[in-house]
Amino acid sequence: MSALLFDGADWSFETIQRIYDRVEHIALHDLNLDVYPNQIEVITPEQMLDAYAASGMPIYYGHWSFGKSFVQHEGHYRKGYTDLAYEIVINSSPCISYIMEGNSALMQTLVIAHAAFGHNHFFKNNRLFREGTDASGILDYLQFARGFIVQCEETYGERQVERLLDAAHALRSHGVHRSARRRRIDFKAEQARAQERHAHDERMYNELWKTLPHAAPTRVATSEDRLARLLDLPEENILYFLEKTAPRLAPWQRELLRIVRLLGQYFYPQRQTKVMNEGTATYVHYKIMQTLHEAGNITDGAFLEFLTSHTNVVCQPAFDDRRFSSINPYALGFAMMRDLERVCVKPTAEDWEWFPQLAGCHDPINALKEIWAEYRDESFIAQYLSPRVMREWRMFQLVDDPSEAHLLVEAIHDERGYRRVRRALAREYDLSYSDPQIEVVAVDLEGDRHLNLQHRVREGRLLASREASEVLALLADLWGYPVVLREVDEHGNGLREHLCEPRIA
Amino acid sequence: MYVIDRRLNPSGKSLPNRQRFLRRAGKVLREAVRNVSAERPIREIGEGGVVIIPARGIDEPTFHTGSDGMHTRVLPGNQEFLEGDRLARPPSNMGRGHGAGAGASDGGDAEDDFRVALSADEFLSLFLEDLELPDLERRKLSRTEAAGLRRAGYQKVGSPANLAISRTMRNALSRRMALRRPRSEDLEALQDALVLAEQRGDDEATTRLRGLMDAHDLRKRTIPYIDPIDIRYRRYEPTPRPIAQAVMFCIMDVSGSMTEHMKDMAKRFFMLLYVFLQKRYKQVEIVFIRHTDHAKEVDEQTFFHSRETGGTKVSSALEEALKIIADRYPSGDWNIYVAQASDGDNETSDNERAIALMRDGLLPLSQYYAYLEVDEPHSDMPLSTLWKAYDNLDPSPSMRRVTMRQDIYPVFRDLFARRVHEAQTA
Repeated sequence: MSALLFDGADWSFETIQRIYDRVEHIALHDLNLDVYPNQIEVITPEQMLDAYAASGMPIYYGHWSFGKSFVQHEGHYRKGYTDLAYEIVINSSPCISYIMEGNSALMQTLVIAHAAFGHNHFFKNNRLFREGTDASGILDYLQFARGFIVQCEETYGERQVERLLDAAHALRSHGVHRSARRRRIDFKAEQARAQERHAHDERMYNELWKTLPHAAPTRVATSEDRLARLLDLPEENILYFLEKTAPRLAPWQRELLRIVRLLGQYFYPQRQTKVMNEGTATYVHYKIMQTLHEAGNITDGAFLEFLTSHTNVVCQPAFDDRRFSSINPYALGFAMMRDLERVCVKPTAEDWEWFPQLAGCHDPINALKEIWAEYRDESFIAQYLSPRVMREWRMFQLVDDPSEAHLLVEAIHDERGYRRVRRALAREYDLSYSDPQIEVVAVDLEGDRHLNLQHRVREGRLLASREASEVLALLADLWGYPVVLREVDEHGNGLREHLCEPRIA
Repeated sequence: MYVIDRRLNPSGKSLPNRQRFLRRAGKVLREAVRNVSAERPIREIGEGGVVIIPARGIDEPTFHTGSDGMHTRVLPGNQEFLEGDRLARPPSNMGRGHGAGAGASDGGDAEDDFRVALSADEFLSLFLEDLELPDLERRKLSRTEAAGLRRAGYQKVGSPANLAISRTMRNALSRRMALRRPRSEDLEALQDALVLAEQRGDDEATTRLRGLMDAHDLRKRTIPYIDPIDIRYRRYEPTPRPIAQAVMFCIMDVSGSMTEHMKDMAKRFFMLLYVFLQKRYKQVEIVFIRHTDHAKEVDEQTFFHSRETGGTKVSSALEEALKIIADRYPSGDWNIYVAQASDGDNETSDNERAIALMRDGLLPLSQYYAYLEVDEPHSDMPLSTLWKAYDNLDPSPSMRRVTMRQDIYPVFRDLFARRVHEAQTA
């Protein structure tokens, strides 16, 4: 086991196989990871650019916006503004990792550890992915989606399909069910529950209750209430609502909306777990590379190459640094997980107070595996961002209130501020908080059939108005009748109203 | 675990989507190309390159919050701040709203520019996209076709120059095989066997082999190696073929009144015409004629860069052009394009003659005649007498007046854009 896996930067397919076997051994036996079967594909930079344009997927349907993102990435790459990623991994079973042909042998080791084991374990075990995505079906579904859309283009014309997809894409982030779907009603279970309720009533019967005064009569349901119940309103999944109820769509158009919606739903957990996903993968590759070096499987030189690359990946510039744009999910995830490992192994008095369930448990891998399985970014940070990490990162919370002349430092990394900073950071990762909350609230079925939408404005953050009206125009085209979007504040006061008529097709 | 080598898979998976994108961005792209080409040096006009288009035309709108309202952010790297500190707002939007991505402006709507790298072909076709030769349809029927020959199979008779050797040899070979003409290898083998038999003194075999040899010899002599029935000739068929060549006459006034600025504008116009013709014809020749009160055919260098003195007689240049057409470019074989640039300062007495040459000579011969009147910027000179004279012609040449460099491209577009109203009245 102490033989060198490779020497120098060159690699062949046997080298990859050798590296994979060794990394797999460490991942499965030392770290006890649980992964989908792996499929590793070697690709060229051109193919990497293609993959970028298709959200990393091996197949995707055609749309000009993918061409746009291709042109953008290609331009940046050719100009040397950005490097290409070393790998892309997709949440499927088997789990496909693309690795670049230009990587050195050490980089291939690193990306196999990172993607084929780190991300793979996360995809297979995290609750959001387990419950919200179908890893074994996604590639078949994409195949179907592409074929279906090509067929629609042939039958109904490219322009028609493009217009529909434009509209669907504009509403893509409002096409997910944020909470788990209601289960389909199981009629047998329903019957059993009704009998149980009845029996309970009989057991609890008491003559005395007749003497109690009657409650005020319940409000008679108006026709509007009835309608709202019938249409299941309010509904925040706008694409779903349109797919099911828009009066003027043809069946193929509904199917296209469904395709865009389901793919949005498939990618939704990835948006919710950036820090955790990258943190897990980075933590796993760090552990594996360390083990490889300790066991003498890679040279000191290769290990130094790894450390250089790793340091770049987990680099977090300070807020006033020229390179700063936002918090680096790799860095934050890795720092938090390393710190939790320390809490398990070498807790301080502070840790005993903050993480009594973890401190001193001496089994960091299992503790982390449980966290990886059960949390998303928001809850992970809310629960596990330790005071120590906040101090090391020197975090502070800045509030920008447009009614004030100055920015306010609300909290810093001190005893008074830890919990506030942590709550604020967790909230930044809460998509249901950061995405605007827009719902379909009513349909005027007795008048001109206009659709009422409502944006609940939080802390005065109105929609960017030009784009909002563009999206609304597309939405009106789908609905086929006028659409009204009201922006209301926390108390229900209207702040702004957008109205859009459908363009006549 | 599988390792799969995908590198050999065909690349360019994104090309169809890229095409869709270019089509989608067509209008803004064409505008960008127009602006870029107005600024570019002439030589580079036909090269591809990066154009910048406003993201506005190709954005993908979504619902998102703008910069209004309260924003809270947690940032790393605190050095000196304490709770409750008040900081001046940074001038940019740093520390506000959405972090990565487009800078926020205009109430949070992203207004980024977008760079598109175009290949030379894409650049040119966008450049020329909505240009169309005037009256192209009519001309194509009447003028752009000439008789040509096209290969069409084989025939049994023909001139020796058209002998199809490989087809002839193939026929001969199959005939020889069908008739079992002995091959020279077979004869040699027989000869060797005969010699051996003679050495062995085997009389019976010798006689048999000798008989066989004689029979073979006879067969070989009676069946020829190549027979007249094998011979084939290439066959040609006359077909009408579009004329794939064009000649472009650049006629410029170089008298003292033409300034460098005017010449530069003329040059740009000629260049555009050249690019345009090159795109459409296999072969494009250029003839440069400069004139004062007499005209001369010159090379490009002299055309643009040397100066002469004298009066101005447009008719001299028109005569020269007609002479060259008669000598070298018969109008049945060539598409003729004429572009004339002048400040219009012609000797009044010459106008009548120029008009006659145009009406009876150049206009009927040429596919297209463009007259460009150049002038100093912000000049308010009235239109020249030459312009008025040309304008009275029926049909009149395409005419425009330009004073600024950036006017050239729009003018060129106007001149060549399909002239619907004229086509209708014609």
